[in-house]
Amino acid sequence: MSPPAPLLLVEGIRKSFFGVEVLHGVSFTLGRGEALGLVGENGSGKSTSMNILGGVHQPDAGTMLVEGQPYRPADPGAAIAAGIAFIHQELNLFGNLTIEDNLFIDNFPRRGGLPFINRSAIRKSTQDHLAQVDLDLAPTTPVARLSQGERQLVEIAKALSRNARLIIFDEPTTSLTRREVARLFGLVAKLKARGIGIIYISHALDDVMAVCERVTVLRDGAVVGTGTSRDLGVPRLISLMVGRSIETIFPQRTAPPRPSDVLAVTNLGQPGVAEAITFTIRAGEVVGLAGLMGSGRSELARMIFGLDPFRSGTIAVEGVELRDPTPARAMAAGIAFLTEDRRGEGLLMEAPIADNAVLASLRSVANALGLIDGKRVAAASRTMAQKVRLSTDRVEDTLVKHLSGGNQQKVVIGKWLMRAPRLFILDEPTRGIDVGAKQEVYRIINALVEAGSAVLLISSEIEELMGLSDRILTISRGELTGGFDRLDFDREAIMTAAAVGADHAKVSS
Amino acid sequence: MKSGNRLALLGLQNAPLILFVVVLLTFGLMSDRFLAIANFRNIVIQAAPIGILAIGMTFVLLTAQIDLSIGATMYLTASVLALAFTGLPWPVALLLVTVLAAVVGAINGLIVTVLGVASFITTLSTLFVLRGVAMWMSETRTLPFPDRITDLNRAGVLGIPSAILAFAAIFALAWVVLHQTAFGRQIYAVGEDAEAARKAGIPAKRITFACFVICALCAGVGGFVTVTQIGAVGPKYGDQVEFAAVAAAVLGGVSLFGGRGSVAGTVFGAILIKTVQNGLNIVNADPYIYPLVTGSIIFLAVAVDGLRTRILDTLNRRTIRPLQAN
Repeated sequence: MSPPAPLLLVEGIRKSFFGVEVLHGVSFTLGRGEALGLVGENGSGKSTSMNILGGVHQPDAGTMLVEGQPYRPADPGAAIAAGIAFIHQELNLFGNLTIEDNLFIDNFPRRGGLPFINRSAIRKSTQDHLAQVDLDLAPTTPVARLSQGERQLVEIAKALSRNARLIIFDEPTTSLTRREVARLFGLVAKLKARGIGIIYISHALDDVMAVCERVTVLRDGAVVGTGTSRDLGVPRLISLMVGRSIETIFPQRTAPPRPSDVLAVTNLGQPGVAEAITFTIRAGEVVGLAGLMGSGRSELARMIFGLDPFRSGTIAVEGVELRDPTPARAMAAGIAFLTEDRRGEGLLMEAPIADNAVLASLRSVANALGLIDGKRVAAASRTMAQKVRLSTDRVEDTLVKHLSGGNQQKVVIGKWLMRAPRLFILDEPTRGIDVGAKQEVYRIINALVEAGSAVLLISSEIEELMGLSDRILTISRGELTGGFDRLDFDREAIMTAAAVGADHAKVSS
Repeated sequence: MKSGNRLALLGLQNAPLILFVVVLLTFGLMSDRFLAIANFRNIVIQAAPIGILAIGMTFVLLTAQIDLSIGATMYLTASVLALAFTGLPWPVALLLVTVLAAVVGAINGLIVTVLGVASFITTLSTLFVLRGVAMWMSETRTLPFPDRITDLNRAGVLGIPSAILAFAAIFALAWVVLHQTAFGRQIYAVGEDAEAARKAGIPAKRITFACFVICALCAGVGGFVTVTQIGAVGPKYGDQVEFAAVAAAVLGGVSLFGGRGSVAGTVFGAILIKTVQNGLNIVNADPYIYPLVTGSIIFLAVAVDGLRTRILDTLNRRTIRPLQAN
């Protein structure tokens, strides 16, 4: 007797876009109840592979078998019908609809032969599936009211309601709190125990190691390695991903911080958000801000940049108080702010690189009459592109939406660098970008600091904070709860200080 | 400050209703004829054509599109009716009108979904083309309708006038479709995020297409009801009604960005606009002031909507730490 067919067998998948082959024969297998990690840099072919599996794109060549049966979905609907659910990084839920409507949006049960929705049936079924993912919410709750973590659980409940045999997770943890991540991993274990196969895509390699039995590494559209998580290990994964071994991810900095303060925040407070926050950042210094999601770390950055109001306290840049900060005043004082949401706040996706690059410094590219000078725009953006080592120098006719995540991030950073900021606030500067691009971002930060600027770095990755910062401050419930100098960096101590009182944090709507 | 905000929000959320009461009281105080039952009947009859058009427009707006060609569709279908089909019994005539309207809607829908042209541009062009065709066919004459069609205006069932019956029937049908069928819920999904809808296996293009057909169907029916009321079709027929229809929908809380609103709100919006015009008429206001007042009310409603969104944002801002009582 032959052994039973694996849950999924992918063999020799090829795919070209506009005549350029991006997948050169990708193959992998997945068993029932198994979790397979899929890792690779941006542009390595992970997304394309999964979009083919999820029916978003169709392969040019190759075969896919689900439990031994040929599988070739024509559209996402066909994939769902075959029991393959794809939980995208940007969740596909509709905020204007209720949970139950979202669960059945493409497949409403009807009353008899009539076209009317069978409300009682979907309510009952929704309650059951919400219980399976331990989500205690009424089926009629509008999705707009849910947190990111809750929305993800709703997506999983939706997959379960379709009797999914295979669930693909694309970067599921990027916008979750630590507790939500723990809850997600517990749920994934339960799904595996039920025999459901998991494909887990993430740049967070520790997460991949924690969740997956096996890992497949993609590079440039081909599989470059597959093995058990135990055999591979994170360093080996990284070297497979980038095609060379990376000894030091964090480049060394030579110049120490200088004595003068660039930023001095004194007693900053806003009811419900921040209380008595006092700290300074010196010239040539990187101060890391460690805190859980919802700790007030992003809110603090937004206050300094004039995006959110504060009731008490002062902010001074190079000794001059920033009165009633607005983004325009903060920028005039020499502050730059890289937001955590580059798609939503930082970039014009439909515009070329050049237009994005000069957006924060339009005056400098205007001629004597105050009109924008195309030649100066091109020259300035080309200089920027070289400075941040952008993948292309065709700055005038490459649209930002066509760049990879890492290069998009470099454009946002480059846009601010053009203003030669005195203080650069970076909120999650490496979220969702691959190892190679991360290293480039680190290099840019170091160059900036060595030139005498100050950096406030916010990150969920503790290694990143420890690798780049001269000092780390911890924030919890809108209060600074600790400060660590580079020599005293201790992962455990920092994480403990960042989590002080977090369990009692009141996050109300 | 927070409870004050909540109170303000409660007011803002019911702003159209409050506006309606204010309108009623104002005109009621100015004229005792205004608050008579017979007058309300009149208002609803007058609101029926624009209300039916606005219900159709709501479908298109919910998918984050717009249809500017409904007035032209009305004009074209009514002209064809006047030129060729006046000899037919009215149900057959109505059926032919709706079929012709559906064809127009299908053309709009195809251009938007298959060719991917923005609906604003697509329907702006069909507006001119359809009007041009109708003017050419009618040689820009004003065409009369026979009694067998205009008599419908006075007909009714159980004392309820035909225009109100048509209005009520279309509203009921639209409400059931939007709230009780899969298609209706999917319209909301497409309007919220068309790309996400596609990834969720919803035929987004087919749904958008269907909404253009529904909108044009409503334009055909709304045009037919108008014909029974005014008895003739001329070059100014249906001119700019698309804006009145969009206004009624927006006044009733339908978002131009898709996914938000309902036909109940739209019906309310249409009746509110007609109530104001009726009131101005009863108090013998200067006709030049009509558009001014109507415009102000629409502006007020939209401004209130913006304010409501802002207050909601403030209320929903996350608090990280407990607020000290003070």
